[in-house]
Amino acid sequence: MSSQEKRRDPPFQATSAMDFLPGPQMRELQIARLRKAVDAAYHGQRCGLMKQRMDAAGVKPDDVRTLDDIRRLPFSTKADLRDTYPYGMFCRPDEEVVRIHASSGTTGKPIVAGYTRNDLDVWADSMRRGMIGCGLSHRDIIQVSYGYGLFTGGLGAHCGAEALGAMVIPTSAGNTERQVMILHDLGSTAICCTPSYFAHIAEKAPEFGVDIRKTRLRIGIFGAEPWSDGLRRHIEETTGIQAQDIYGLTEIIGPGVAIECLRQDGLHIFEDYFYPEIIDPDTEEVLPDGEEGELVITTLAKEAIPMIRYRTRDITAIIPGRCACGRTVRRIRRIGRRSDDMMIIRGVNVFPSQIESAILRVKGLSPNYQIVLTREHELDQMEVRVELAENALGDRILDIEEIQKSVGHSIFSITGLHARITLAESKSIARSEGKAKRVIDKRTI
Amino acid sequence: MKIKQIAIFMENKPGHLRTICRVLADAGVNINTLSLADTSQYGILRLLSQDWERAREILAKSGFVVNVTEVLAVEVDDRPGGLFTLLDIVGDADLNIEYMYAFTHHVGKSAVMILRFDDPDKAISLLQAKNVRFLSGSDIFGKA
Repeated sequence: MSSQEKRRDPPFQATSAMDFLPGPQMRELQIARLRKAVDAAYHGQRCGLMKQRMDAAGVKPDDVRTLDDIRRLPFSTKADLRDTYPYGMFCRPDEEVVRIHASSGTTGKPIVAGYTRNDLDVWADSMRRGMIGCGLSHRDIIQVSYGYGLFTGGLGAHCGAEALGAMVIPTSAGNTERQVMILHDLGSTAICCTPSYFAHIAEKAPEFGVDIRKTRLRIGIFGAEPWSDGLRRHIEETTGIQAQDIYGLTEIIGPGVAIECLRQDGLHIFEDYFYPEIIDPDTEEVLPDGEEGELVITTLAKEAIPMIRYRTRDITAIIPGRCACGRTVRRIRRIGRRSDDMMIIRGVNVFPSQIESAILRVKGLSPNYQIVLTREHELDQMEVRVELAENALGDRILDIEEIQKSVGHSIFSITGLHARITLAESKSIARSEGKAKRVIDKRTI
Repeated sequence: MKIKQIAIFMENKPGHLRTICRVLADAGVNINTLSLADTSQYGILRLLSQDWERAREILAKSGFVVNVTEVLAVEVDDRPGGLFTLLDIVGDADLNIEYMYAFTHHVGKSAVMILRFDDPDKAISLLQAKNVRFLSGSDIFGKA
């Protein structure tokens, strides 16, 4: 099947009318829902943080009359969730909460998210609409290879796929041999997992006698970590599937906040549920569509934890204009960088996705890499370990030196930094079944 | 005339060469000769084997970065000045040897050198005109 054939847009009637709501009606809906959400957060929060902050700013819920009034509201951050751990941000009593998820906090306590029955429906509906945008329907067999548990990936994709009416295979992450067997034997037509884990599954498949190109798999829905266009091309070229980017975060709801349609021209954000703003992260000023800044999201239909102006730390832009697929819900650009992932090397801001793009520009390398940061003589050093693809190298030392030089050049041209390049034997860098561990920072201040 | 050579990329770490040899031993592949190029970080193992296709297949399956390249085998008189005579001809023909190593078995009364040229076809035609004798795979493996 050629990729052209795969890029058919799904029938419109199958998805929600919300995806095609004309602008004025969408804004009307958003303002009504926003007023409700602000009211709930102001009066309902157990910790009272929102009330304190709004009172301090001299804003009452009733002052929110137009969408522009949102600018008068205070921001929320991850720290708020951490500081009020575990239930402080909840606005509904325990008996109305039917599910808990948590994000793996890299330091200390996790972030706890609660969901009412309605919240789960909102989440499943976003995922369902997103999957329809990816060309999936109740006729599909969807393998969910995100981890199940506190992590939102597994159950989020699962419930969305069920709402779609697809046949759902809840493999969860791990046991790659079984993933490959199920994918082949059960005829999965779509898979949901992290892009790095799928790259790993695809790499291992031949060892178990399976050629992904010859299976029925045609769509991958990949998220939970930033990934480059280079990795997308690598996946699509080596497996013949179409690789779709999905975005979401536990603090807002989980995966499915925004997702690409088959046009792969930005991620549609389901703005009837999640209201996006782009701000300048330093001045906190709202930027117009088209300009790059930090994504801020307000939940418009969540009950357990209505989140007002949550600062995601993700850098993107709202794409002006309507998508060729016909959906009217706006789109955000693919997120190549989270301010959380940012490395500061010799004072230069570098994102792992930039290194990934640089590596994938060079022929003969695999998308498996690791960035090791050290400090020698008070100077930051960046070592990039990258695996050679099979059959990549010739028989001369010169061939090694040339690849090293090309990668070094490529990284320098993107970041302006000199990296020490270490080539590794194929499959020697540890694989992850969830989010890939790309950066090892050994620097001590 | 051209002989297939297997080239394997290795990190310069203890035990890596042993692993490669074990993989080949387990598959019953005989190594006819080999040479190792090394830097502080890496090595490239080049080896000749009658079973080069099988060697490539099982090494690739075991996850090694492996490639097949072509080298030339040249008969050299096994006497003082034998190699010099050959190199003299190569130099006069303005050919550059990327690297070379010796074949571990004699063929008749001669020694055998394995040569890697940038452009093996050009090397063959220039050197054959100077009466350099190239050996085929069956020449060297058959009598090895």
